[in-house]
Amino acid sequence: MEIKNLSASVEGKEILKGVDLKVSGGEIHALMGPNGAGKSTLGNVLIGHPNYVITGGSITLDGKDLTNATPEERAKAGLFLAFQSPVAVVGVKISSFLRAAYKQLHPDDNIKLQEFYDMVKKELRRVGLDESFLSRSVNDGFSGGERKRFEIVQMMILKPKIVILDEIDSGLDVDALKLVAEEIKEYHSDSVGFLIITHYQRILKDIKPEFVHVLMDGRVIRNGDHELSDRIEEEGYEFIRGA
Amino acid sequence: MEVEYSKEEEMERLLEDLRKSSVRKEDWEFHDNLKPVYSTGIGLNKSVVEEISEIKKEPDWMRRFRLKALEIFLSKPMPTWGPDLSGIDWENTNYYNRPDDVKSRSWDEVPDQIKDTFTKLGIPEMEQKYLAGSVAQYDSEGVYHNLKKVWEDKGVLFMDLDSAVKEHPDLVKNYFCRAVPATDNKFAALNGAVWSGGSFLYVPKGVRIDMPLQTYFRMNGEATGQFEHTIVVADEGSKVHYIEGCTAPRWDRDSLHSAIVEIYAHKNSEARYTSVQNWSKSVYNMPTKRAWVDENAKMEWVGGSLGSKVTMLYPSSYLRGRNASTHNLNISLAGPGTVKDTGAKAIHLAPNTSSRIVAKSISIEDGKAIYRGLLRMNKGAVHSKSHVQCDALLINDESQSFTYPHDEIYEPTATFGHEATVGKIGTEELAYMRSRGLSEDEASSMIVLGFLDDVMKEIPMEFAVEMNRLIKLEMGKLGSVG
Repeated sequence: MEIKNLSASVEGKEILKGVDLKVSGGEIHALMGPNGAGKSTLGNVLIGHPNYVITGGSITLDGKDLTNATPEERAKAGLFLAFQSPVAVVGVKISSFLRAAYKQLHPDDNIKLQEFYDMVKKELRRVGLDESFLSRSVNDGFSGGERKRFEIVQMMILKPKIVILDEIDSGLDVDALKLVAEEIKEYHSDSVGFLIITHYQRILKDIKPEFVHVLMDGRVIRNGDHELSDRIEEEGYEFIRGA
Repeated sequence: MEVEYSKEEEMERLLEDLRKSSVRKEDWEFHDNLKPVYSTGIGLNKSVVEEISEIKKEPDWMRRFRLKALEIFLSKPMPTWGPDLSGIDWENTNYYNRPDDVKSRSWDEVPDQIKDTFTKLGIPEMEQKYLAGSVAQYDSEGVYHNLKKVWEDKGVLFMDLDSAVKEHPDLVKNYFCRAVPATDNKFAALNGAVWSGGSFLYVPKGVRIDMPLQTYFRMNGEATGQFEHTIVVADEGSKVHYIEGCTAPRWDRDSLHSAIVEIYAHKNSEARYTSVQNWSKSVYNMPTKRAWVDENAKMEWVGGSLGSKVTMLYPSSYLRGRNASTHNLNISLAGPGTVKDTGAKAIHLAPNTSSRIVAKSISIEDGKAIYRGLLRMNKGAVHSKSHVQCDALLINDESQSFTYPHDEIYEPTATFGHEATVGKIGTEELAYMRSRGLSEDEASSMIVLGFLDDVMKEIPMEFAVEMNRLIKLEMGKLGSVG
């Protein structure tokens, strides 16, 4: 995925002011930055949330221009966002929701219903959710942590090429975080790229990013490796701001 | 909790078939250029009523009943509550249109043009597949009725009411307008004066019919009225499921549908009445539907109110005997520019009676969905129970939903409860689902179907699919949701 000079606004206010970023298969990137830097905005802009308007630049994936694509076209191209605060969809069962989504994203796979549900149940168990979640409404009545775990289940089932994790560790206790980190590592392969959005280090202890970027005031102003994130943890963002 | 694989699998298959076939509103909004063989012309007065009675060669008691009902109709004021009915053009409505002279028992005998209409609507095919019998009505008269021999041999009667008045006068007299007298309301009185067609279904003691019986009502004429009267009698210990479907073409001038449905569930019987109404947006739909439920009998109302310009409908159950129960499920879809004023009435008149009412409404664009209900528990209806649940789903910002429950409880040992929810299809929900690959249309359909899920299980699969198709069709027109 290549993001070039991307700018975007929400409700007329410009939040992203020319972001450049490239995430390839097999790579793990961390996007850090203080509150209000535009990190979550970037996630929402990348998946095409209708409340965000792209005002300049481009997004491409595998050479395909997604800048003006609908959210579903982006999903079909292989983009996936684990939301920071996933919304509840009352009345829509996880079973039928995932089944419908899977059919859209993998139309050539004629997996049987029973087999598919077994696969979902297995993933639910792996992140510590009971398999009865299959017949519950999407995120309806879920705790914050359960919502985050379910985002990871969706990633495992829907098999995207580029995964954006927006503050995946918030709301998770130590044990849950461990399970989620295991899943991410399990899913990570040469053909999958990760963009981990976080404002602090917790998740990066389990999953070591090769690339660390700092977003501030709508721009990526520093690129580095885990030494950069280590220093941010010790000193905060002041040293970058001062530079 | 176990997921029902077979049912979900079947639903999935049906929905896929649906996606492949291109469905257009024209599929049922077409109209025939059929000249009625007989029509009373426009307007309503004593001689029109006498003319109808004469054409039908009715017994004298029926003629006198009609004239009395006309007097009541003329003396009663229009309802002062509820939706605006000023668009009903009494003077220019045609109250009786006879499409043909014969009543056939085989589709081959039905005149081609009428037969084609019903074939387009899929009626003969449905009959063959899963019905125990069916009646088809075109404008004012039944044109076809048939009942499988196995049920006929057991004494089941199923025909249009006009035929029943002639063939089984004493039986009809026992039930005709007992639950719904002409004095009940202005529209019931109108029906009493000009009624034509409708079904008469009698299930003898102990006969339990496991397949549904269906009547299909088709209104073809412009600015006409359809005033059918249906009577379903479930005698002691019997079981019956009766289904009605209704459609009409769309016209510039409005039509009026004012039916009466009377259901008599005798001791220990089980009666279920399902109706899916999909009148076009030029129809005022004002039926009166009521059931008398005797000791230990069960009455179920299942309704899908999808079309029409204005609908006022409150199926009622009079729980007259100990342990009588009623279950009322209604789904209303208030499309753009339409009003659905629907609900239910449960009248508890005996001990240990129970009622459960589930009303679901969906409002699209400026559609207005109203729940209006009456729950009455008389003194002496000891330990009776009632539960009312009203759920509304609003699709757009200007969509509207109102709830007017009315409770009259005179029995201290009775218990009752109310629940009401209002939901919305929001931008965040749609964005979330679309980010997983679903189209906006598919996402909103899933939310709508999820909203209806607990009711969908109660209705036959074919009707669930039909309802989904209609909802999709209405939703499909929405470019920007939320």
